[in-house]
Amino acid sequence: MSDASEVERVFRRDYGRAVASVNRLLGDLGLAEEAVQDALATAIETWPVSGVPPSRVGWIITTARNRAIDRMRRESSRHDRHVQAALLHAPDEPVEVGAVRDDQLRLVFTCCHPALAPASQVALTLRLVAGLQTPEIARAFLVAEPTMAQRLVRAKNKIRAAHIPYRVPQDADLPDRLQPVLAVVYLVFNEGYLASSGDALGRVDLADEAIRLGRTLVDLMPDEPEARGLLALMLLTQARRPARMDADGELVRLPDQDRGLWDAELVREGQELVRMCLRRGRPGPYQLQAAIAAVHSDAPTARDTDWSQVLALYDQLHAMTPTSIVALNRCVAMAEVGGPAPALEALDRLDLADYHLFHAVRADLLARLGRTADASAAYAVAARLAPTDAERELLRRRQAELG
Amino acid sequence: MPLYLLSVCYPADAVQPPPDELTRIMAATEQVHAALVAEGRWVFGGGLADVSTSTTVSATADDVVITDGPFIEAKEQIGGFSVIEAADLDEAIEWARRTSAATTTPIEVRPFAHGSAG
Repeated sequence: MSDASEVERVFRRDYGRAVASVNRLLGDLGLAEEAVQDALATAIETWPVSGVPPSRVGWIITTARNRAIDRMRRESSRHDRHVQAALLHAPDEPVEVGAVRDDQLRLVFTCCHPALAPASQVALTLRLVAGLQTPEIARAFLVAEPTMAQRLVRAKNKIRAAHIPYRVPQDADLPDRLQPVLAVVYLVFNEGYLASSGDALGRVDLADEAIRLGRTLVDLMPDEPEARGLLALMLLTQARRPARMDADGELVRLPDQDRGLWDAELVREGQELVRMCLRRGRPGPYQLQAAIAAVHSDAPTARDTDWSQVLALYDQLHAMTPTSIVALNRCVAMAEVGGPAPALEALDRLDLADYHLFHAVRADLLARLGRTADASAAYAVAARLAPTDAERELLRRRQAELG
Repeated sequence: MPLYLLSVCYPADAVQPPPDELTRIMAATEQVHAALVAEGRWVFGGGLADVSTSTTVSATADDVVITDGPFIEAKEQIGGFSVIEAADLDEAIEWARRTSAATTTPIEVRPFAHGSAG
């Protein structure tokens, strides 16, 4: 442990839990963060000498609390009611593990409050729940560090000034409020998963961080099947990652992937989570997407895929979330079950002309119908709209392979 | 308890709804107002006259400029406002939801700066 950032990397998880707990005491995220950072700085000095304490997070919370109290005694200007309340607490009050979990769940809902912009929700969650440092988050999202720092400061100011509550929503509000929490984690995952490997050097792996966050959510909300469904979806998607690029760094589509490269351990864990969800019988969009990924992961080759099962799941998903993207994916399954003609008919009714994958799927269906010239034109449109170089390259290759 | 400003926003070029609908809107808005008062959350507020009746005053110690019209020519106008007390933003948002459903316009929720209101 050479410096503060090293300690923070080692104790990322502890950081989020400690900030959550100290925030309940102080009622101010900025003060809570300062106090936890003080405590971590103390840890670097004392642990090499005195040894690592049995409960690291308990030690950090207690030390942070004491540091905050010391600091507030010195700085008499900070005499609002939270400070008074904090001073009244016995400084050596023991830290309960259950209470820390509750605090962390409160913090998750504060970070993902719908009154905060999605970009702010993501930044806060990565900073305060995942414990990533501001420069790490900035690099991961290819944003300048002062911009990211500013975003975090502004969000924390709004939490304080607008009195965004620090509590778990009531049962009646939970389904609505859980939605942005899961969306933040899935957004972080996709940002990591879709990033091309070339510029990933020196960046934290956002897909790994999202899975870590997903595990935290399942741990904090064991009765929420959608949290478990999201974790399953991320694990089953992450399992394909070793097969997603070939030796030349080119993208490989799902049907062309070498399934022997899939991570069997992640597949096993993801499938087990899907089975737990099925037993619960409370399906939701993430659980259904995970179930679809599980069907794919069951097939030793693309030809063995149970497409009628995939189509049935997409029907269910579309009934629940009738978006154009879901309808597009449903068309892919339709083509496998009933052939390309009815799928193309359904596809052409969708309003997705600006979406590259719409044209990619369309091109594929046209090619299978022998309409090579139309397919080529569709691939060209898809390539032009593709957001990353890797996807553009794949689409150009597909176009060239039409012959 | 924190104070919030709930502003009734509408497009500057919006036309007044027909009389029937206006009556319904007024009645629904009055219901929310009555609920705010009954729950002890109401501080102050009301509907504003048309923005064309505004006057902008800009003064220094020894000079004053008086202009006909609003300070900002905006695409959206504030048609009225309520100052309410609420335990936190979630409660303020719930009152805004009820107000918005009644007025059929968006409602902006803005907290008062800490310690600025007596």
